Amino acid sequence: MKGIFNYIDRPSPIHELTGAAKLVCLLLWSFAAMSTYDTRMLIVLPVLSFMLFAVSKIRLRDVSFILTFTVVIMVLNNLLIFLFSPQHGVQIYGTKHVLFTITGRYVVTQEQLLYHLNLVLKYLSTIPIVLLFVCTTNPSEFAASLNRIGVPYSIAYAVALALRYIPDIQMQYHEISQAQQARGIEMSRKESLIKRLRAAAAILVPLILSSMDRIEVISNAMELRGFGKHKKRTWYMGRPFRAGDFAAVGLGILLLAAALVLNHLNGGRFWNPFV
Amino acid sequence: MKNSPVKTIVAIGIGAALFFVLGRFVAIPSPVPNTNISTQYGLLAFMAALFGPIAGALIGLIGHALIDFSYGWGIWWSWVIASACFGCLMGLISKKLKLADGEFGSKGFIGFNVCQIICHVLAWGVVAPVLDILIYAEPANKVFVQGLVGGASNIVTTAIIGSILCAAYAGSRPKSGSLSKDN
Repeated sequence: MKGIFNYIDRPSPIHELTGAAKLVCLLLWSFAAMSTYDTRMLIVLPVLSFMLFAVSKIRLRDVSFILTFTVVIMVLNNLLIFLFSPQHGVQIYGTKHVLFTITGRYVVTQEQLLYHLNLVLKYLSTIPIVLLFVCTTNPSEFAASLNRIGVPYSIAYAVALALRYIPDIQMQYHEISQAQQARGIEMSRKESLIKRLRAAAAILVPLILSSMDRIEVISNAMELRGFGKHKKRTWYMGRPFRAGDFAAVGLGILLLAAALVLNHLNGGRFWNPFV
Repeated sequence: MKNSPVKTIVAIGIGAALFFVLGRFVAIPSPVPNTNISTQYGLLAFMAALFGPIAGALIGLIGHALIDFSYGWGIWWSWVIASACFGCLMGLISKKLKLADGEFGSKGFIGFNVCQIICHVLAWGVVAPVLDILIYAEPANKVFVQGLVGGASNIVTTAIIGSILCAAYAGSRPKSGSLSKDN
């Protein structure tokens, strides 16, 4: 089955980069976005990622489904935070500029709004870049790049195995599920929760027990071919670094450094315009 | 029975693939609208009990990270790490279960469920919310409520699906010492 990881094969400068360089850049980028709550920095990151999107020739239409989904999650998360802690911004920034009162303790303040703006910007600075990575990196190359950035090859190989077997297991799940449904298993809302869980177990037990056999077969095949005999291995999908790759890694380092410098200048993770 | 390192690596790969498929596609609609019950933690508890703490941690880590990746919202590190912690703890304290030798009686059942409840409480009641506060600076009461609700539903699914899996697997294995010499 295609399209789980949404790899879109389309020639562009971003596709040309090696997976390892993109992965390093992605990690540095997300650490930068994670560490800072400086609104100015958080505006730069989304702008930059939308520019990269334009370069990669991935169209908005290609990823619109995932985008709507994440927007819903983002809105829900913000509502939950306001519901549980309407004064969180006041706590963080230490000042209180009241805009208007809804009811009781639900007072809308400038500080709270800035905190929510930061949260939204944080989503906007990580989601597009992860989507970009997923859309422009071949899953097989992903495992090779994990090994490249220092993950032991046995673990990188486990990731490769997972990516290889996800479509197979998905298909097998589908088959077992249809066979069990033909025998009268009900998993929809019509049944009680406990019955639905038991029905899920009736599908999962054959799926997982047959996967145990699969583990046996694959590990025997790997052992017969001498897997794990040497300290290093090579990857079919591995590629050498070029100028563009160094530029991508450099961009990541630059962003993380900027975030750390800003945190230092602000004397904390939050940029406080209220004092 | 001792697992070879190659077998553990394969178990991590296949386990993570199963975790991904269960987490992404086996969604059981719950009474609360827009929330699904995650069945993958029953699988994770079972795999951790079978293949040990390292496999448990890596299955949770890789499987959960792949799910987050496939949705494209970036990796929500605090919850990914909590999944890994659950797998690791489960692998550590359920060592005494001898599933591979075909043993899963009432003693094993109680032991497995006590283990999983402790591990879920630690992972979702402590690790996930604390990391949420440290990494994402979210309000404390919100993340603790989220963690406890998630943890409670995971305990229920693990109790049902995990126990059924353990019993089915143990039943499919030949019991150790089940053969006796004919005189």
